[in-house]
Amino acid sequence: MTAIGDVLEGKDICICAGSGGVGKTTTSAAIALGMAGRGLKVCVLTIDPAKRLADSLGLKELGNEASRVDPRLFERQGIEIKGELWAMMLDAKATFDELVARQAPDEESRDRVLGNRIYQQISSALAGSQEYMAMEKLFELHTEGRFDLLVLDTPPTRNALDFLDAPRRLTQFIEGRSLRVFMRPTGFAAKVAGRGASVALSVFKRIVGFDLIADLAEFFNAFSGMVDGFQARAKRVNSLLADKRTCFLVVCGPQGEPVDEAVYFHRKLVEAKLPFGGVIVNKVHYPAERLRGDVADLPAALRERLDDADLAQRVAENFTDYQALAERDARNIERLARELRTAAVIRVPYLDEDVHDLAGLAEIDRYLFATSEQREALAAGRA
Amino acid sequence: MRGYSHRRPLFLPRLEIARNCPVNDLLDKRLVFITGKGGVGKTTVAVALGLRAAAEGKRTIVCEVSAQENASRIFDHAEVGFHEVEMAENLWSISIDPDESMREYVLLQLKVRAMRDMLFRSRIFGYLAAATPGLKELVTIGKIWELAQLDRKVKSGRKYDLVIVDAPATGHGIGFLQTPRTFAAIARVGPIHSQAQQLDRLITDQEHTGVAIVSLPEEMPVNESAALEHDLRAEIGVAVDRVYMNGLYPERFSAGDAERLGEVAGGENGALRAACRAALSEHNRARSQRAQLARLRRRVEAPVKTLPFLFEPEIGVESARRLAGRLT
Repeated sequence: MTAIGDVLEGKDICICAGSGGVGKTTTSAAIALGMAGRGLKVCVLTIDPAKRLADSLGLKELGNEASRVDPRLFERQGIEIKGELWAMMLDAKATFDELVARQAPDEESRDRVLGNRIYQQISSALAGSQEYMAMEKLFELHTEGRFDLLVLDTPPTRNALDFLDAPRRLTQFIEGRSLRVFMRPTGFAAKVAGRGASVALSVFKRIVGFDLIADLAEFFNAFSGMVDGFQARAKRVNSLLADKRTCFLVVCGPQGEPVDEAVYFHRKLVEAKLPFGGVIVNKVHYPAERLRGDVADLPAALRERLDDADLAQRVAENFTDYQALAERDARNIERLARELRTAAVIRVPYLDEDVHDLAGLAEIDRYLFATSEQREALAAGRA
Repeated sequence: MRGYSHRRPLFLPRLEIARNCPVNDLLDKRLVFITGKGGVGKTTVAVALGLRAAAEGKRTIVCEVSAQENASRIFDHAEVGFHEVEMAENLWSISIDPDESMREYVLLQLKVRAMRDMLFRSRIFGYLAAATPGLKELVTIGKIWELAQLDRKVKSGRKYDLVIVDAPATGHGIGFLQTPRTFAAIARVGPIHSQAQQLDRLITDQEHTGVAIVSLPEEMPVNESAALEHDLRAEIGVAVDRVYMNGLYPERFSAGDAERLGEVAGGENGALRAACRAALSEHNRARSQRAQLARLRRRVEAPVKTLPFLFEPEIGVESARRLAGRLT
């Protein structure tokens, strides 16, 4: 174990999840590039508003449509690609609009929804809409069947749980079943529904202002014809996520906090019965432990070899600092493997240069697609 | 919003202060938002600023949002939840849970007890509160506002000189600070309308409210910090006070050193080679970090301040104290 290629064997969908700042976008792009290099037609979807993937792939702008990464870009970097790499930058609002247009029974209902202020808020600003729309786009692309593999880079939620939970919450909101009853313009339903509910409603009106309630009522009215369509679709999206041809990868960093979050996220995946594939740890300080024992007094050896006491001391100090980080990383990764009960822990080293171009992605692929033995050898070559 | 309890001595010229202890420009505000992309060290910087302010005698509280508990973790303290808990001398911490904020808000708004009880029991109310876009963020900012009052709304609430907010990660970050403005536009009448306007004025009040972005010396965080500063100004009229470039490696080796180390590493094996290679790696990283630092300085208007990378396995309170001492 374990090359990422083995983990993704026979999968249609790969979802990279993890907390912010751990390199999900880079990892997703590197996986997509690597699988395309092995002959598949791959599309990577990112939802990051900072257009990071677009930068990584040398694209100025990605629309809400998948576009093929120019094969000449790979040639120029000396990267061999047997398949095709496609990329798209998800525009949550545009996806939501498309979905409404598809579900609306007629143009009038569609325009009523699109013009509603609550809808505009939800579709662009509400936390959760990005996650929901990512799933939606994933489903759409999968249904079209144009690609061998879809790689999804999930949005930077601070809490990994949000990512799994938000689509459900948003669907519930749109359904608004219990609420719509109380929002008929006549107010008749509120009277029959009981005093408690009607008081709650009137107090809420008093607090947030009447207009908001009116807008919400209009929103639910406008959506009412589409609720069943949305529900049916949400069900199909959920079963796609739980399918055995889908694979969730947890991406994290080697520090304590990202590892804790990875453990937590893995637990949530298992609870939700979603297929977990493995974990990728980025920016790992590989230990040079095996090399440590061969020199009894490193500072003295450095002084002698470098013939510069000051430089030797700085090199020794730096090495001590590095080793401390390497030991920490090793401890955290060991804990991670234990908690996740998986051998599929892929470590990508902390490279000297920042990764933001194809050559950098290809460098990461050397580790992602290596077996553990190959990976150790590569890392040892660096040390 | 009233004045500070720790006023600057009037006889000191402002320029003098700016040169000697410029971090006080930030700490002398009443409310400071710490924002930036995920994983850049916002919580660490928030706690370090809090420790610094506390050491200068300011009663300070560090607030986390969306029920996060990263600050208590730095202090190796049990989760604080929706309580103001003392972490160090003059330094408190709270984790603002939106549901608790909503509850507190309703309690403060409704004086009739029977009505409140009915409201809390009602599923409809919970549903409406959850369903209204931005309401969670709004009540969270409302709670932050409440903490920053000298005349606290909460009974026997402590008075703070400084409130530091560990804001949500970018992407959601601008959305968070934008909530009051958006909300004021949606709810055109009623108490929420005027309260949202009040919160928006608080966020844009540059004299009392500060915003610091935390960044890392890497390509993407630099891009995102520049975009964030731009969006804050363009979308909500907030000028960023400072950008903290976090995690900067020391420049331990010169180009000449690197050349020498390269030669030696080539002809060695084992630990000697590993040590030289580690030094070269760090030299490369330090150099590319300096290039990113220069890019950041070119691309943002706010002053850029640096914070050193800490070669420590985990960031605890001692690391935060060291950073506090290095804050400029």
